[in-house]
Amino acid sequence: MEYVNPEGLRLDGRRPLEMRQLRAEIGVVSRADGSAVFEMGNTKVIAAVYGPREVQNKSQQINDQAVVRCEYSMANFSTGDRMRKPKHDRRSTEISLVIRQTMEACILTHLMPRSQIDIFVQVLQADGGTRSACINAATLALADAGIPMRDLVTSCAAGYLNSTPLLDLNYVEDSAGGPDVTVGILPKLDKVTLLQMDAKLPMDTFETVMQLAIEGCKAVANYIRELLLENTKQLEFRRGV
Amino acid sequence: MIRGLQLSLNKTQKLRLESALEQLESLSSKTNTNASVAVADTIPVNYEDGVLKGHGTSEMEGQVVATVCGVVERVNKLVYVRALRARYKPEVGDIIVGRVIEVAPKRWRLEINFSQDAVLMLSSMNLPDGIQRRRTATDELNMRTIFEENDVVCAEVRGFQHDGSLHLQARSQKYGKLDRGQLLRISPYLVKRRKQHFHHLDQYGVDLILGCNGFIWVGEHVEAKDDMVVDQTNKSEQQNANSGGSVGSDDQEQSHTSLEIRQNICRIANAVRVLSALGFMVTVEVITEIVDLSSSLNLDIHEMLGAEFYVVVAEREAERRRSSTKKR
Repeated sequence: MEYVNPEGLRLDGRRPLEMRQLRAEIGVVSRADGSAVFEMGNTKVIAAVYGPREVQNKSQQINDQAVVRCEYSMANFSTGDRMRKPKHDRRSTEISLVIRQTMEACILTHLMPRSQIDIFVQVLQADGGTRSACINAATLALADAGIPMRDLVTSCAAGYLNSTPLLDLNYVEDSAGGPDVTVGILPKLDKVTLLQMDAKLPMDTFETVMQLAIEGCKAVANYIRELLLENTKQLEFRRGV
Repeated sequence: MIRGLQLSLNKTQKLRLESALEQLESLSSKTNTNASVAVADTIPVNYEDGVLKGHGTSEMEGQVVATVCGVVERVNKLVYVRALRARYKPEVGDIIVGRVIEVAPKRWRLEINFSQDAVLMLSSMNLPDGIQRRRTATDELNMRTIFEENDVVCAEVRGFQHDGSLHLQARSQKYGKLDRGQLLRISPYLVKRRKQHFHHLDQYGVDLILGCNGFIWVGEHVEAKDDMVVDQTNKSEQQNANSGGSVGSDDQEQSHTSLEIRQNICRIANAVRVLSALGFMVTVEVITEIVDLSSSLNLDIHEMLGAEFYVVVAEREAERRRSSTKKR
C-alpha cells in the first residue's frame, strides 16, 4: 500500500515531517488533584492524578520516597469496532508499566516520603500514538497537581514507511506493520527516558527516525510549557492578593 | 475555560465574564511582573549575591530551575516557587479542619488533604471533663465517645514527629468536633493564613472556619465554652452534666437547627463554592459580601449556583479590586 503519495503527502494529507494538531486542557476532573485531556489529532486521552496521599496498602509503603502507581485503560468506545475487552489484558498492563516508569523517573519522589501518587489514564479515542498521548497527558496532570518534577516528560512517535521517515503515525500507518519508534524525552535535560520499537530498522535509518521523534517531542514540550504557564498565570491573577 | 465549571453561559454572559476576567488580569499585571513559571523553567537569579534555593526549585547545570508550576518569590537570598494548585503543606500553628478516618490505639487519624494522614493523639487534646491528668485505659476505650469515624474535627498543627508523621493538637474549647453544618473542600491556595480563622457571623448565627488546608466549615453557631474564667469545680460539674447522658437529653434538645439558620448555612456555603470555582481568594469579607449580594438580588439559594450569579460575582470582584487599588 502507498502511504506516501508521489506528491509527498500522507494518507491524512500531512507531510512526512508534520505532526497532527495538538490540543490540551487542564483541570477536567474536578475531584482529582490534577487532571488533563490531551489530543493529538483524533487520539484523545484523559489523565487524572490523585495524591500525594496516604499509602493504601501499607506493605507497599517506602520510607524515603513516594510510591507511584499507574493505571492505563482503553474505553470500549475508543476504537472503530466496539469490543468488550477484559479489564487487565497484557497490552494495558504493559503500557501501565511503561507510563509508570517514565513518570517515576521525573517525579522527585524523595520529597514526598511515605505517600503514594496515583495516575489514571484512559484512552477516549484511539487513532495511533496512544502511548505518547498518555504520557503527555500524565505530565500535564502531574504538573497540574503541583507535584515536583525534575522536568516535563514529553513523548512522540515516528515510523518508517515507503522508505520515508514519518512523524506521529496515525492508526492506519501504525497498523501497516512497519517500525514504530516511541520516544520519551526530558526536554530541558535533553535526555531520553523512553525508547520503544517493535520492528527491525537499519542503524542509520533508525537514527534519523529517532531524531525525528525527538523533534516531535520538543514541539510537544513547547506546547505543554506554554499551556502550563498560561494556566499558572490565570490562577495567580484570579486569586489576587 | 474554568476548572470544574460547567456553565451554560449565553453570549452576553460569556462576554461579561471575559471582560471581568480581563479587568482582573490587567489589575494584577500592574502589581505582579511576570513571575509565573512552569515546570523546568529557568529562574533568573543574580549569582553574585549568592542564592538559597527554597521549595519548588532545584539546581541543574548551574542554573536554578523550577520543579513545580507557580510563582517565584524572593526573600533576600532565598528563592522559592510558591505552587498554586497543590496539596496542603502544613505549618506549625495552622488551624485546620479534618475528617476522622480511623480510630487507632491512643490516636485518631485524620484526612486533611496532606500527603499523609494526620495524627491526633488522645494525650494532645483536652478531655471533655477538662481536667489535666494522665490518660487511662478507660479513656482509651471511650475514645469513640469523643470522635467517631467520619466526624469532622477542627484542630491545630502541632508539628512533625521524628518519624515524619504530622501531629495535631486540640487543647482548647474552640477546637473539637464540628456538627450541624457543611464541610466544603477547596484548593488550599485560596485560603490565606491570617490571625483569625474562626469567624462568628453574628447576623446569620453561623460559625465559619476557614481551615488552612482548604477545608471550610460552615455550621450553626455554638457558644464557645471559655473555661479559662470558670472555676474548675464549677466547670467540671457543668461538663459532667453535659456529658453525663452522653447522647442524652441535652443533645436532643440542641439537635434542632432552625430553618432560617439552615438557609443561611447553605447560602454561605454556596458563596464559598462560587468563589472557589472562579478561583478567587476566599476570605470572610468577600464571603459576607457575596452573601449580601445574593440576598440583595433576591436570589434563591439554588440560584446562586446558576450561570448569571457567577458572572455577577466576577464583575463584583473586579469592581472590588479596582477600588482597593485606587485607594492605595
